[in-house]
Amino acid sequence: MKKLNYPFSHEQVKELKVGDMVLITGKLFTGRDAVHKRLHDGVKPPVNLQNQIIYHCGPVILQDKKTGKYQVTAAGPTTSIREEPYEADVMRDYGIVGVIGKGGMGPKTLKGCKDYGCVYFHAVGGAAQVLAEKINSVEAVHWLDLGSPEAIWELSVTDFPVVVTMDAHGNSLHADVQASSEAEFKKVL
Amino acid sequence: MALKKKISKKAVKKSAPKKSNQLEDSLIELIKNTSAVLPDDVQKVILQALAREEKHTTAEYAMNIIKANIELAKKKSQPLCQDTGTVLFYVNHPVGLDQIEFTKWIHKAVVKSTKLGYLRQNSVDSLSGANSGTNIGPGHPSIHFHQHKKKNIEIRLMLKGGGCENVGAQYSLPYTPLDAGRDLDGVRKVILDAVLKAQGRGCGPGVLGVCIGGDRGAGYIESKEQLLRFLDDKNSNKDLAQLETEIVNTSNKLGIGPMGFGGKTTLLGCKIGVQNRLPASFFVSISYMCWAYRRQGIELGTNKQIKKWLY
Ligand code: SF4
Repeated sequence: MKKLNYPFSHEQVKELKVGDMVLITGKLFTGRDAVHKRLHDGVKPPVNLQNQIIYHCGPVILQDKKTGKYQVTAAGPTTSIREEPYEADVMRDYGIVGVIGKGGMGPKTLKGCKDYGCVYFHAVGGAAQVLAEKINSVEAVHWLDLGSPEAIWELSVTDFPVVVTMDAHGNSLHADVQASSEAEFKKVL
Repeated sequence: MALKKKISKKAVKKSAPKKSNQLEDSLIELIKNTSAVLPDDVQKVILQALAREEKHTTAEYAMNIIKANIELAKKKSQPLCQDTGTVLFYVNHPVGLDQIEFTKWIHKAVVKSTKLGYLRQNSVDSLSGANSGTNIGPGHPSIHFHQHKKKNIEIRLMLKGGGCENVGAQYSLPYTPLDAGRDLDGVRKVILDAVLKAQGRGCGPGVLGVCIGGDRGAGYIESKEQLLRFLDDKNSNKDLAQLETEIVNTSNKLGIGPMGFGGKTTLLGCKIGVQNRLPASFFVSISYMCWAYRRQGIELGTNKQIKKWLY
Protein backbone atom coordinates (compact mmCIF):
# COMPACT_ATOMS: atom_id res chain seq x y z
CA MET A 1 0.00 0.00 0.00
CA LYS A 2 1.39 3.42 -0.96
CA LYS A 3 0.47 6.84 0.32
CA LEU A 4 0.10 10.03 -1.64
CA ASN A 5 -0.09 13.13 0.51
CA TYR A 6 -0.90 16.75 -0.25
CA PRO A 7 0.64 18.88 -1.71
CA PHE A 8 0.93 16.63 -4.75
CA SER A 9 3.66 16.96 -7.36
CA HIS A 10 4.45 15.56 -10.76
CA GLU A 11 7.66 14.05 -9.36
CA GLN A 12 5.63 12.11 -6.76
CA VAL A 13 3.11 10.68 -9.19
CA LYS A 14 5.77 9.77 -11.74
CA GLU A 15 7.06 7.27 -9.20
CA LEU A 16 3.74 5.43 -9.18
CA LYS A 17 3.33 2.37 -11.33
CA VAL A 18 0.39 0.48 -12.78
CA GLY A 19 -1.05 -1.86 -10.13
CA ASP A 20 -0.01 0.30 -7.18
CA MET A 21 -2.66 0.49 -4.46
CA VAL A 22 -2.65 4.04 -3.16
CA LEU A 23 -4.28 5.93 -0.30
CA ILE A 24 -4.66 9.60 -1.14
CA THR A 25 -4.79 12.21 1.60
CA GLY A 26 -5.37 15.86 0.82
CA LYS A 27 -7.53 17.63 -1.66
CA LEU A 28 -9.62 16.50 -4.62
CA PHE A 29 -11.65 18.53 -7.10
CA THR A 30 -14.67 16.83 -8.62
CA GLY A 31 -15.17 17.40 -12.30
CA ARG A 32 -17.16 15.51 -14.86
CA ASP A 33 -18.65 16.14 -18.27
CA ALA A 34 -19.68 19.79 -18.04
CA VAL A 35 -16.50 20.87 -16.24
CA HIS A 36 -14.27 19.13 -18.77
CA LYS A 37 -16.12 20.66 -21.65
CA ARG A 38 -15.87 24.13 -20.16
CA LEU A 39 -12.17 23.80 -19.37
CA HIS A 40 -11.56 22.46 -22.83
CA ASP A 41 -13.43 25.40 -24.32
CA GLY A 42 -10.82 27.58 -22.64
CA VAL A 43 -12.87 29.02 -19.79
CA LYS A 44 -10.48 29.95 -17.00
CA PRO A 45 -10.97 27.62 -14.02
CA PRO A 46 -12.24 29.24 -10.82
CA VAL A 47 -9.34 27.67 -8.90
CA ASN A 48 -5.74 27.01 -9.73
CA LEU A 49 -5.60 23.37 -10.79
CA GLN A 50 -1.81 23.24 -10.93
CA ASN A 51 -0.64 20.03 -9.17
CA GLN A 52 -4.21 19.05 -8.28
CA ILE A 53 -6.25 15.90 -8.84
CA ILE A 54 -9.60 15.88 -10.65
CA TYR A 55 -12.13 13.28 -9.50
CA HIS A 56 -14.71 12.06 -12.03
CA CYS A 57 -17.61 12.06 -9.64
CA GLY A 58 -21.09 13.51 -9.36
CA PRO A 59 -21.50 13.42 -5.60
CA VAL A 60 -24.77 13.45 -3.71
CA ILE A 61 -24.47 16.44 -1.41
CA LEU A 62 -26.85 17.68 1.23
CA GLN A 63 -26.77 21.18 2.64
CA ASP A 64 -27.68 21.71 6.27
CA LYS A 65 -30.51 24.23 6.20
CA LYS A 66 -29.41 25.95 9.41
CA THR A 67 -25.63 26.03 9.18
CA GLY A 68 -25.36 26.01 5.39
CA LYS A 69 -22.71 23.33 5.71
CA TYR A 70 -22.38 20.75 2.95
CA GLN A 71 -22.30 17.05 3.62
CA VAL A 72 -21.36 14.34 1.14
CA THR A 73 -23.68 11.35 1.36
CA ALA A 74 -22.51 9.35 -1.65
CA ALA A 75 -19.41 9.85 -3.76
CA GLY A 76 -18.50 6.96 -6.03
CA PRO A 77 -16.65 7.44 -9.31
CA THR A 78 -18.41 7.88 -12.62
CA THR A 79 -17.35 6.44 -15.99
CA SER A 80 -14.22 8.24 -17.17
CA ILE A 81 -14.18 7.39 -20.84
CA ARG A 82 -16.63 10.21 -21.57
CA GLU A 83 -13.81 12.66 -20.86
CA GLU A 84 -11.45 10.97 -23.31
CA PRO A 85 -11.69 13.77 -25.90
CA TYR A 86 -10.73 16.41 -23.30
CA GLU A 87 -8.54 14.92 -20.56
CA ALA A 88 -5.13 15.04 -22.24
CA ASP A 89 -5.64 18.72 -23.08
CA VAL A 90 -6.76 19.47 -19.53
CA MET A 91 -3.54 17.81 -18.33
CA ARG A 92 -1.52 19.99 -20.69
CA ASP A 93 -3.30 23.29 -20.10
CA TYR A 94 -3.95 23.22 -16.36
CA GLY A 95 -1.06 21.20 -14.92
CA ILE A 96 -3.07 18.62 -13.00
CA VAL A 97 -1.14 15.61 -11.66
CA GLY A 98 -3.87 13.05 -12.18
CA VAL A 99 -7.47 12.04 -12.38
CA ILE A 100 -9.60 9.53 -10.47
CA GLY A 101 -12.47 7.69 -12.11
CA LYS A 102 -13.67 4.28 -13.14
CA GLY A 103 -13.47 2.09 -16.20
CA GLY A 104 -10.14 3.49 -17.41
CA MET A 105 -9.42 5.78 -20.35
CA GLY A 106 -8.11 5.46 -23.88
CA PRO A 107 -4.88 6.00 -25.82
CA LYS A 108 -5.14 9.79 -26.00
CA THR A 109 -5.25 10.11 -22.22
CA LEU A 110 -2.54 7.48 -21.81
CA LYS A 111 -0.29 9.58 -24.04
CA GLY A 112 -1.28 12.67 -22.05
CA CYS A 113 -0.21 10.91 -18.84
CA LYS A 114 3.18 10.22 -20.37
CA ASP A 115 3.68 13.65 -21.93
CA TYR A 116 2.59 15.69 -18.91
CA GLY A 117 3.60 13.40 -16.02
CA CYS A 118 0.14 12.37 -14.83
CA VAL A 119 -1.55 9.19 -13.63
CA TYR A 120 -5.02 7.69 -13.82
CA PHE A 121 -6.33 6.36 -10.54
CA HIS A 122 -9.20 3.85 -10.54
CA ALA A 123 -11.60 3.98 -7.63
CA VAL A 124 -13.93 1.06 -6.93
CA GLY A 125 -17.14 1.59 -8.88
CA GLY A 126 -20.26 1.51 -6.74
CA ALA A 127 -18.40 1.97 -3.46
CA ALA A 128 -20.30 5.17 -2.76
CA GLN A 129 -20.49 4.76 1.00
CA VAL A 130 -16.89 3.72 1.65
CA LEU A 131 -15.62 6.57 -0.50
CA ALA A 132 -17.95 9.15 1.06
CA GLU A 133 -16.58 8.14 4.48
CA LYS A 134 -13.08 9.11 3.35
CA ILE A 135 -14.23 12.65 2.69
CA ASN A 136 -13.72 14.79 5.78
CA SER A 137 -15.32 17.94 4.52
CA VAL A 138 -16.36 20.08 1.60
CA GLU A 139 -13.95 23.01 1.41
CA ALA A 140 -15.64 24.96 -1.35
CA VAL A 141 -17.84 24.69 -4.39
CA HIS A 142 -17.33 26.36 -7.78
CA TRP A 143 -19.37 26.53 -10.94
CA LEU A 144 -22.52 25.52 -9.11
CA ASP A 145 -24.40 26.94 -12.11
CA LEU A 146 -23.66 23.60 -13.80
CA GLY A 147 -25.91 21.86 -11.28
CA SER A 148 -24.84 20.09 -8.13
CA PRO A 149 -23.57 16.81 -9.63
CA GLU A 150 -21.63 18.67 -12.34
CA ALA A 151 -20.12 21.42 -10.19
CA ILE A 152 -16.53 21.53 -8.95
CA TRP A 153 -16.56 20.39 -5.34
CA GLU A 154 -13.36 20.89 -3.42
CA LEU A 155 -13.12 17.91 -1.08
CA SER A 156 -10.73 17.21 1.74
CA VAL A 157 -10.02 13.46 1.96
CA THR A 158 -8.09 11.03 4.13
CA ASP A 159 -6.81 7.68 2.89
CA PHE A 160 -8.99 7.71 -0.20
CA PRO A 161 -8.42 4.23 -1.74
CA VAL A 162 -7.51 3.92 -5.43
CA VAL A 163 -5.48 1.76 -7.80
CA VAL A 164 -3.12 3.17 -10.43
CA THR A 165 -4.32 1.70 -13.71
CA MET A 166 -2.53 4.09 -16.10
CA ASP A 167 0.85 5.50 -15.19
CA ALA A 168 3.13 8.26 -16.44
CA HIS A 169 5.31 5.79 -18.31
CA GLY A 170 2.88 4.64 -20.97
CA ASN A 171 1.53 1.58 -19.10
CA SER A 172 -2.17 0.80 -18.90
CA LEU A 173 -3.59 -2.02 -16.83
CA HIS A 174 -6.75 -1.78 -18.94
CA ALA A 175 -4.82 -2.42 -22.14
CA ASP A 176 -2.93 -5.30 -20.48
CA VAL A 177 -6.06 -7.01 -19.13
CA GLN A 178 -7.82 -6.50 -22.45
CA ALA A 179 -4.96 -8.19 -24.29
CA SER A 180 -4.56 -11.10 -21.87
CA SER A 181 -8.30 -11.76 -21.67
CA GLU A 182 -8.55 -11.70 -25.47
CA ALA A 183 -5.78 -14.28 -25.67
CA GLU A 184 -7.62 -16.52 -23.17
CA PHE A 185 -10.88 -16.00 -25.04
CA LYS A 186 -9.32 -17.30 -28.25
CA LYS A 187 -8.32 -20.47 -26.41
CA VAL A 188 -11.85 -21.21 -25.20
CA LEU A 189 -13.69 -20.39 -28.44
CA MET B 1 -31.41 -12.75 8.25
CA ALA B 2 -31.98 -10.92 11.49
CA LEU B 3 -32.12 -7.51 9.88
CA LYS B 4 -34.92 -8.44 7.56
CA LYS B 5 -37.02 -9.68 10.43
CA LYS B 6 -36.40 -6.47 12.25
CA ILE B 7 -37.37 -4.36 9.29
CA SER B 8 -40.55 -6.22 8.61
CA LYS B 9 -41.56 -6.04 12.22
CA LYS B 10 -40.86 -2.35 12.27
CA ALA B 11 -42.90 -1.83 9.13
CA VAL B 12 -45.84 -3.65 10.61
CA LYS B 13 -45.66 -1.79 13.87
CA LYS B 14 -45.19 1.60 12.27
CA SER B 15 -48.05 1.20 9.85
CA ALA B 16 -51.01 0.41 12.05
CA PRO B 17 -51.86 3.76 13.60
CA LYS B 18 -50.81 5.90 10.65
CA LYS B 19 -53.25 7.47 8.29
CA SER B 20 -51.09 7.07 5.21
CA ASN B 21 -51.71 4.15 2.94
CA GLN B 22 -50.41 0.78 4.07
CA LEU B 23 -49.51 -0.28 0.53
CA GLU B 24 -47.47 2.88 0.04
CA ASP B 25 -45.62 2.28 3.31
CA SER B 26 -44.82 -1.30 2.34
CA LEU B 27 -43.56 -0.19 -1.05
CA ILE B 28 -41.35 2.51 0.46
CA GLU B 29 -39.91 -0.01 2.89
CA LEU B 30 -39.20 -2.31 -0.05
CA ILE B 31 -37.44 0.46 -1.98
CA LYS B 32 -35.40 1.56 1.01
CA ASN B 33 -34.27 -1.95 1.83
CA THR B 34 -33.47 -2.81 -1.79
CA SER B 35 -31.34 0.29 -2.20
CA ALA B 36 -29.32 -0.22 0.98
CA VAL B 37 -29.03 -3.96 1.62
CA LEU B 38 -27.82 -6.66 -0.75
CA PRO B 39 -29.79 -9.90 -0.52
CA ASP B 40 -28.15 -12.83 1.29
CA ASP B 41 -27.54 -14.93 -1.82
CA VAL B 42 -25.61 -12.07 -3.44
CA GLN B 43 -23.59 -11.31 -0.31
CA LYS B 44 -22.65 -14.95 -0.07
CA VAL B 45 -21.11 -15.16 -3.54
CA ILE B 46 -19.30 -11.85 -3.04
CA LEU B 47 -17.67 -13.19 0.13
CA GLN B 48 -16.74 -16.39 -1.69
CA ALA B 49 -15.17 -14.32 -4.46
CA LEU B 50 -13.19 -12.31 -1.92
CA ALA B 51 -11.87 -15.50 -0.33
CA ARG B 52 -10.79 -16.80 -3.74
CA GLU B 53 -8.63 -13.82 -4.72
CA GLU B 54 -4.95 -13.90 -3.90
CA LYS B 55 -3.82 -11.85 -0.94
CA HIS B 56 -2.36 -8.38 -1.50
CA THR B 57 -3.57 -8.13 -5.09
CA THR B 58 -5.60 -5.30 -6.59
CA ALA B 59 -8.43 -7.83 -7.02
CA GLU B 60 -8.50 -8.60 -3.31
CA TYR B 61 -8.25 -4.87 -2.56
CA ALA B 62 -11.29 -4.14 -4.73
CA MET B 63 -13.31 -7.00 -3.21
CA ASN B 64 -12.47 -5.80 0.28
CA ILE B 65 -13.71 -2.31 -0.52
CA ILE B 66 -16.89 -3.82 -1.97
CA LYS B 67 -17.39 -5.86 1.19
CA ALA B 68 -16.84 -2.80 3.39
CA ASN B 69 -19.27 -0.82 1.25
CA ILE B 70 -21.97 -3.47 1.63
CA GLU B 71 -21.57 -3.41 5.40
CA LEU B 72 -21.51 0.37 5.64
CA ALA B 73 -24.56 0.93 3.44
CA LYS B 74 -26.53 -1.54 5.54
CA LYS B 75 -25.39 0.03 8.80
CA LYS B 76 -26.24 3.55 7.66
CA SER B 77 -29.29 2.49 5.68
CA GLN B 78 -27.98 4.51 2.73
CA PRO B 79 -27.88 3.65 -0.99
CA LEU B 80 -25.12 1.13 -1.75
CA CYS B 81 -24.24 2.96 -4.92
CA GLN B 82 -25.13 6.52 -5.85
CA ASP B 83 -26.62 5.26 -9.09
CA THR B 84 -29.88 3.76 -7.90
CA GLY B 85 -30.51 2.67 -11.44
CA THR B 86 -33.57 1.80 -13.45
CA VAL B 87 -36.39 1.03 -11.04
CA LEU B 88 -37.96 -2.26 -12.15
CA PHE B 89 -41.03 -3.68 -10.43
CA TYR B 90 -42.38 -7.18 -11.01
CA VAL B 91 -45.80 -7.73 -9.51
CA ASN B 92 -47.35 -11.20 -9.31
CA HIS B 93 -50.98 -10.96 -8.39
CA PRO B 94 -54.26 -12.90 -8.40
CA VAL B 95 -56.89 -12.32 -11.05
CA GLY B 96 -58.86 -9.16 -10.44
CA LEU B 97 -56.21 -6.76 -9.15
CA ASP B 98 -56.77 -3.20 -10.32
CA GLN B 99 -53.46 -2.55 -12.07
CA ILE B 100 -54.23 1.11 -12.73
CA GLU B 101 -54.80 1.75 -9.05
CA PHE B 102 -51.78 -0.32 -8.06
CA THR B 103 -49.57 1.63 -10.48
CA LYS B 104 -50.65 4.87 -8.80
CA TRP B 105 -49.42 3.63 -5.44
CA ILE B 106 -46.14 2.52 -6.92
CA HIS B 107 -45.69 5.99 -8.38
CA LYS B 108 -46.45 7.61 -5.07
CA ALA B 109 -43.96 5.39 -3.27
CA VAL B 110 -41.27 6.09 -5.87
CA VAL B 111 -41.76 9.86 -5.60
CA LYS B 112 -41.58 9.74 -1.83
CA SER B 113 -38.55 7.43 -1.82
CA THR B 114 -36.78 9.86 -4.14
CA LYS B 115 -37.53 12.73 -1.77
CA LEU B 116 -36.23 10.68 1.14
CA GLY B 117 -33.00 9.96 -0.74
CA TYR B 118 -33.50 6.19 -1.11
CA LEU B 119 -33.48 6.76 -4.86
CA ARG B 120 -31.41 9.29 -6.80
CA GLN B 121 -33.15 11.65 -9.22
CA ASN B 122 -32.49 9.42 -12.16
CA SER B 123 -35.12 9.94 -14.84
CA VAL B 124 -34.20 12.15 -17.75
CA ASP B 125 -36.28 13.26 -20.74
CA SER B 126 -34.45 11.69 -23.67
CA LEU B 127 -35.11 14.66 -25.96
CA SER B 128 -34.72 17.70 -23.74
CA GLY B 129 -32.31 16.23 -21.18
CA ALA B 130 -34.49 17.56 -18.36
CA ASN B 131 -34.54 15.53 -15.16
CA SER B 132 -38.05 14.91 -13.87
CA GLY B 133 -36.65 14.91 -10.34
CA THR B 134 -39.17 12.29 -9.27
CA ASN B 135 -38.11 9.14 -11.14
CA ILE B 136 -41.46 9.25 -12.91
CA GLY B 137 -41.76 9.67 -16.66
CA PRO B 138 -42.52 7.67 -19.78
CA GLY B 139 -41.28 4.14 -19.04
CA HIS B 140 -40.20 5.05 -15.49
CA PRO B 141 -40.54 3.22 -13.24
CA SER B 142 -40.77 0.04 -15.24
CA ILE B 143 -43.64 -2.11 -13.94
CA HIS B 144 -44.35 -5.67 -15.04
CA PHE B 145 -47.60 -7.29 -13.92
CA HIS B 146 -48.07 -11.05 -14.02
CA GLN B 147 -51.25 -12.83 -13.01
CA HIS B 148 -50.92 -15.98 -10.98
CA LYS B 149 -53.29 -18.54 -9.50
CA LYS B 150 -52.22 -17.88 -5.92
CA LYS B 151 -54.20 -15.55 -3.70
CA ASN B 152 -51.33 -13.36 -2.53
CA ILE B 153 -49.50 -10.41 -4.06
CA GLU B 154 -45.75 -10.61 -4.49
CA ILE B 155 -43.75 -7.56 -5.45
CA ARG B 156 -40.16 -7.86 -6.59
CA LEU B 157 -37.94 -4.87 -7.15
CA MET B 158 -34.67 -4.58 -8.97
CA LEU B 159 -32.49 -1.47 -9.18
CA LYS B 160 -30.26 -1.79 -12.20
CA GLY B 161 -27.45 0.71 -12.65
CA GLY B 162 -26.57 2.48 -15.86
CA GLY B 163 -22.93 1.40 -16.02
CA CYS B 164 -23.84 -2.27 -16.17
CA GLU B 165 -26.86 -1.75 -18.41
CA ASN B 166 -24.52 -0.10 -20.92
CA VAL B 167 -22.49 -3.29 -21.33
CA GLY B 168 -25.50 -5.52 -22.04
CA ALA B 169 -25.63 -6.95 -25.56
CA GLN B 170 -27.87 -8.69 -28.04
CA TYR B 171 -26.57 -11.06 -30.70
CA SER B 172 -28.28 -12.48 -33.74
CA LEU B 173 -27.13 -15.99 -34.60
CA PRO B 174 -25.39 -17.04 -36.74
CA TYR B 175 -22.71 -14.55 -35.72
CA THR B 176 -19.89 -14.92 -38.20
CA PRO B 177 -17.09 -12.96 -36.47
CA LEU B 178 -16.99 -15.76 -33.87
CA ASP B 179 -18.18 -18.57 -36.05
CA ALA B 180 -21.14 -18.87 -33.70
CA GLY B 181 -23.93 -21.02 -35.10
CA ARG B 182 -27.53 -21.57 -34.09
CA ASP B 183 -26.83 -24.06 -31.33
CA LEU B 184 -25.80 -24.04 -27.69
CA ASP B 185 -22.15 -23.76 -28.58
CA GLY B 186 -22.94 -20.64 -30.63
CA VAL B 187 -24.86 -19.28 -27.66
CA ARG B 188 -21.89 -19.99 -25.41
CA LYS B 189 -19.54 -18.12 -27.72
CA VAL B 190 -21.57 -14.93 -27.91
CA ILE B 191 -22.19 -14.83 -24.14
CA LEU B 192 -18.46 -15.09 -23.52
CA ASP B 193 -17.88 -12.40 -26.14
CA ALA B 194 -20.19 -10.07 -24.20
CA VAL B 195 -18.20 -10.76 -21.03
CA LEU B 196 -14.96 -10.03 -22.85
CA LYS B 197 -16.27 -6.79 -24.33
CA ALA B 198 -17.63 -5.62 -20.97
CA GLN B 199 -14.20 -5.97 -19.29
CA GLY B 200 -14.55 -4.21 -15.91
CA ARG B 201 -16.81 -1.46 -17.19
CA GLY B 202 -20.01 -2.92 -15.79
CA CYS B 203 -18.58 -2.75 -12.24
CA GLY B 204 -17.76 -6.44 -12.14
CA PRO B 205 -17.71 -9.03 -10.83
CA GLY B 206 -21.17 -9.25 -12.31
CA VAL B 207 -24.06 -11.59 -12.89
CA LEU B 208 -25.53 -12.32 -16.31
CA GLY B 209 -29.21 -12.71 -17.10
CA VAL B 210 -29.59 -14.29 -20.54
CA CYS B 211 -32.47 -15.14 -22.83
CA ILE B 212 -32.13 -17.47 -25.78
CA GLY B 213 -34.81 -16.75 -28.37
CA GLY B 214 -37.79 -14.43 -28.32
CA ASP B 215 -38.01 -11.27 -30.41
CA ARG B 216 -35.59 -8.46 -29.63
CA GLY B 217 -37.86 -6.84 -27.05
CA ALA B 218 -39.03 -10.02 -25.31
CA GLY B 219 -35.48 -11.30 -25.20
CA TYR B 220 -34.21 -8.37 -23.16
CA ILE B 221 -37.23 -8.46 -20.85
CA GLU B 222 -36.70 -12.15 -20.14
CA SER B 223 -32.95 -11.66 -19.66
CA LYS B 224 -33.73 -9.24 -16.82
CA GLU B 225 -36.35 -11.54 -15.32
CA GLN B 226 -33.69 -14.23 -15.12
CA LEU B 227 -31.95 -11.95 -12.63
CA LEU B 228 -34.87 -12.47 -10.26
CA ARG B 229 -33.78 -16.07 -9.72
CA PHE B 230 -31.84 -17.05 -6.62
CA LEU B 231 -28.13 -17.24 -7.38
CA ASP B 232 -27.89 -20.73 -5.92
CA ASP B 233 -30.93 -22.22 -7.65
CA LYS B 234 -30.58 -24.79 -10.38
CA ASN B 235 -31.95 -24.46 -13.87
CA SER B 236 -34.60 -27.16 -14.43
CA ASN B 237 -33.32 -27.63 -17.97
CA LYS B 238 -30.25 -29.86 -17.73
CA ASP B 239 -28.48 -28.37 -20.75
CA LEU B 240 -29.02 -24.83 -19.59
CA ALA B 241 -27.91 -25.70 -16.06
CA GLN B 242 -24.69 -26.99 -17.53
CA LEU B 243 -24.25 -23.96 -19.74
CA GLU B 244 -24.76 -21.60 -16.80
CA THR B 245 -21.97 -23.28 -14.86
CA GLU B 246 -19.73 -23.40 -17.88
CA ILE B 247 -20.16 -19.69 -18.63
CA VAL B 248 -19.19 -18.74 -15.07
CA ASN B 249 -16.17 -21.05 -15.00
CA THR B 250 -14.90 -20.05 -18.42
CA SER B 251 -15.46 -16.33 -17.81
CA ASN B 252 -13.44 -16.55 -14.64
CA LYS B 253 -10.59 -18.06 -16.65
CA LEU B 254 -10.49 -14.90 -18.80
CA GLY B 255 -8.83 -13.16 -15.85
CA ILE B 256 -10.67 -9.84 -16.19
CA GLY B 257 -11.32 -9.79 -12.46
CA PRO B 258 -13.04 -7.31 -10.14
CA MET B 259 -13.28 -3.84 -11.74
CA GLY B 260 -11.24 -5.23 -14.65
CA PHE B 261 -8.09 -5.10 -12.50
CA GLY B 262 -7.30 -8.73 -13.38
CA GLY B 263 -8.11 -11.59 -11.02
CA LYS B 264 -9.99 -14.79 -10.49
CA THR B 265 -13.58 -13.61 -10.35
CA THR B 266 -15.09 -12.02 -13.43
CA LEU B 267 -18.60 -13.41 -13.02
CA LEU B 268 -20.53 -14.27 -9.87
CA GLY B 269 -23.31 -16.06 -11.69
CA CYS B 270 -25.17 -16.65 -14.93
CA LYS B 271 -28.88 -17.37 -15.36
CA ILE B 272 -30.26 -18.46 -18.69
CA GLY B 273 -33.86 -18.66 -19.84
CA VAL B 274 -35.34 -19.66 -23.14
CA GLN B 275 -38.24 -18.54 -25.31
CA ASN B 276 -39.51 -19.71 -28.64
CA ARG B 277 -38.31 -17.87 -31.70
CA LEU B 278 -39.30 -17.47 -35.31
CA PRO B 279 -37.64 -19.82 -37.76
CA ALA B 280 -35.91 -16.78 -39.24
CA SER B 281 -34.53 -15.33 -35.98
CA PHE B 282 -32.22 -16.52 -33.25
CA PHE B 283 -31.44 -13.86 -30.67
CA VAL B 284 -29.31 -14.15 -27.58
CA SER B 285 -30.01 -11.24 -25.21
CA ILE B 286 -27.66 -10.55 -22.35
CA SER B 287 -28.20 -8.26 -19.37
CA TYR B 288 -25.20 -7.58 -17.17
CA MET B 289 -25.80 -6.87 -13.50
CA CYS B 290 -23.04 -5.18 -11.49
CA TRP B 291 -21.85 -6.41 -8.09
CA ALA B 292 -24.32 -3.92 -6.57
CA TYR B 293 -27.03 -6.44 -7.42
CA ARG B 294 -29.97 -4.78 -5.73
CA ARG B 295 -33.09 -6.89 -5.81
CA GLN B 296 -35.53 -7.66 -3.09
CA GLY B 297 -39.15 -8.69 -2.84
CA ILE B 298 -42.08 -8.75 -0.49
CA GLU B 299 -45.23 -10.75 -0.07
CA LEU B 300 -48.15 -8.62 1.04
CA GLY B 301 -50.45 -9.64 3.85
CA THR B 302 -54.19 -9.10 3.84
CA ASN B 303 -53.82 -5.51 5.02
CA LYS B 304 -51.11 -4.86 2.42
CA GLN B 305 -48.49 -4.96 5.15
CA ILE B 306 -45.20 -6.75 4.53
CA LYS B 307 -45.82 -10.36 5.41
CA LYS B 308 -42.60 -11.84 4.16
CA TRP B 309 -39.33 -10.83 2.49
CA LEU B 310 -38.68 -12.91 -0.60
CA TYR B 311 -34.87 -12.96 -0.76
S1 SF4 C 1 -22.68 -0.26 -12.60
FE1 SF4 C 1 -23.63 -0.71 -10.63
S2 SF4 C 1 -22.04 -0.45 -9.08
FE2 SF4 C 1 -21.34 0.50 -10.97
S3 SF4 C 1 -21.87 2.65 -10.74
FE3 SF4 C 1 -23.53 1.65 -11.87
S4 SF4 C 1 -25.02 0.98 -10.31
FE4 SF4 C 1 -23.12 1.49 -9.27
